[in-house]
Amino acid sequence: MTDVPARAPTDWGSSEMTGRIARRYAAERRFRWIGLGAILLSAGFLALLLFTMVSNGARGFTRTEVRLDVDFAKAALFLDPATVRASGDKAALAGSDLQNVVSKAAEARYGPKGARLFADTAWLEVLDAIESDPSILTRTATLWLPASTGVDIAAKRASDAEAERTYEGLRAGNAVRTRFNSGFLTSADATDPAAVGVWGAFKGSLLTMLVTIAIAFPIGVLSAIYLEEYAPRNRWTDLIEVSINNLAAVPSIIFGLLGLAVFLNVMHMPRSAPIVGGLTLALMTMPVIVIAGRNAIKSVPPSIRDAALGVGASRIQVVWHHVLPLALPGILTGTIIGMARALGETAPLLMIGMRAFIATPPGGIADPATVLPVQIFLWSDEVSRGFVEKTSAAIIVLLVFLMAMNGVAIYLRNKFERRW
Amino acid sequence: MKLMVDEENRAVTDVSEALPAAEAAPGAADSSPKMRARGVNVWYGEKQAIKEVSIDVRPEHVTAFIGPSGCGKSTFLRTLNRMNDTIPSARVTGEIELDGEDIYSSGMDVVQLRARVGMVFQKPNPFPKSIYENVAYGPRIHGLATGRQELDAIVERSLKRAGLWEEVRDRLTESGTALSGGQQQRLCIARAIAVDPEVILMDEPCSALDPIATAKIEELIHELRGRYAIVIVTHNMQQAARVSQRTAFFHLGELLEYGETSEIFTNPKVERTKDYITGRYG
Repeated sequence: MTDVPARAPTDWGSSEMTGRIARRYAAERRFRWIGLGAILLSAGFLALLLFTMVSNGARGFTRTEVRLDVDFAKAALFLDPATVRASGDKAALAGSDLQNVVSKAAEARYGPKGARLFADTAWLEVLDAIESDPSILTRTATLWLPASTGVDIAAKRASDAEAERTYEGLRAGNAVRTRFNSGFLTSADATDPAAVGVWGAFKGSLLTMLVTIAIAFPIGVLSAIYLEEYAPRNRWTDLIEVSINNLAAVPSIIFGLLGLAVFLNVMHMPRSAPIVGGLTLALMTMPVIVIAGRNAIKSVPPSIRDAALGVGASRIQVVWHHVLPLALPGILTGTIIGMARALGETAPLLMIGMRAFIATPPGGIADPATVLPVQIFLWSDEVSRGFVEKTSAAIIVLLVFLMAMNGVAIYLRNKFERRW
Repeated sequence: MKLMVDEENRAVTDVSEALPAAEAAPGAADSSPKMRARGVNVWYGEKQAIKEVSIDVRPEHVTAFIGPSGCGKSTFLRTLNRMNDTIPSARVTGEIELDGEDIYSSGMDVVQLRARVGMVFQKPNPFPKSIYENVAYGPRIHGLATGRQELDAIVERSLKRAGLWEEVRDRLTESGTALSGGQQQRLCIARAIAVDPEVILMDEPCSALDPIATAKIEELIHELRGRYAIVIVTHNMQQAARVSQRTAFFHLGELLEYGETSEIFTNPKVERTKDYITGRYG
């Protein structure tokens, strides 16, 4: 037992030892600083992104209005306030030449180029004003009407000299103001940047997401359950597993081509409709949900399965009563990631025709629609300069939508999470 | 599979017939076994885990399975309520009967079998639900109670039998996982007896518990003995000696000796058993 030579006692105070300790501490400090740097860098980028978006986009939510006094008595509209009030005489109102009234009044007030100060759609607001208060037809009314894109841009940022001069003139006369543009949230796409709204694209996105989750979530979760709990382990299930993993990594535009070929060309579904967009995105989202679902199911401790089987639960009872409730938070996390990706997806939707110009919000999943990211893409491509702010504003709407969706999912996840 | 008795190895495995009068436990007069295994083999893939095991489990008795780690005690225990079915590579041959009925026959419903042959596991594994729900789960899925009142009664009775009622009666809605380890294990026992099983299998039920909790479980096993046939796997020799009336010694997948606990511990017939019990081996 004594053939092992006795070791010299360790000298913990030697310079070699202290040097090693110093190096160890240095390495630790270094690592901590690098980690902190990485966090700060990414937080900085995020802050920069949000700041740019918000500072640009905030102006997209406002519109410039120019004051106009309209003397309806002189305008010879041949409209009786009493009739309008009683019957809501829309036909007579719409048939009357309000456009002309506006341009006449504008020219009278602001000179020969006065009509150009107002948006093409300004007369619609005059119509609304008359509808809400027909009595103005007998007198001179002061209305704030949407400014033309030129004035709007001049109000918001540096513009060409002439527009700036016009704007300064208006401002000097207290004839211009900036107001929240509720129309941006309630109307759909338009050719005039002053009249565009994001509601059409928002609703399109909403419908598309509903179709996506209605298809992808049940199919994804059921596939995950089958693969984890029922499928035998053999070459076929290995093949399926590899295929699903590969599918999750396929570029999204390929799914667009698939949607184009299958849903449009073979099944003849309506073009540009949320149903097709939703199905296409569901194909893309499903593998993500399957992978997340399988991992979540795998992480449910086998002892819970044993416990349930031990009191005589059948396999389906084990799954529905125990495995699924415990796996649900994990499945929901995967679903959030998949849905967030689907919500921001543009390429596959371009392939199935969702890039069309659609000026009315979709009424259902089979109506032509566009979605927020595609709308942003289209607006960013516009030559008309008034779309710059609108693009940023639409991005903000998209981000808010995304955050709301994630918020709901996180709420659900926390609700279903159980402590051990 | 037919019973094939290899006389040399198996002469000692079925000493129950040879020792009918020596029973100390109540209900010893009943000589028909609750569960009867004949020539059971279990394979995990190519590896044979259990070799030709034949054993009788008596009603209202505690039967202990002892033996060194990896000897197949737990594997054999899990064949008694077909828990091995969940392991894809596991294969079982031979005959196992519950009240004369082959449990591996196609006519046997595995869900019902597991209700009749309950199980308590090595690690306490309550569901992450309330204490009440833990106990009520089994009766609920088997439709044993017709109303809320009846279910309440079952829960109360089961918790009382498991010796847990006094400790949890005021907090039945709290999570079962919030209990201490020993309480969790008793909750698992309550959960098992709530479906009124005929046999309870316990797979090292005290290995994760401290001595005080262990003593409580052992006490509980004593009290449950009169109602159920209990089979317990244990690594603890003293425990086997304390709680069981009959002991089976497993070694490398074979059943080397089976008989009265007092006999096995004082006068083992097989050299290996003696070595293991006296601590010279294993």
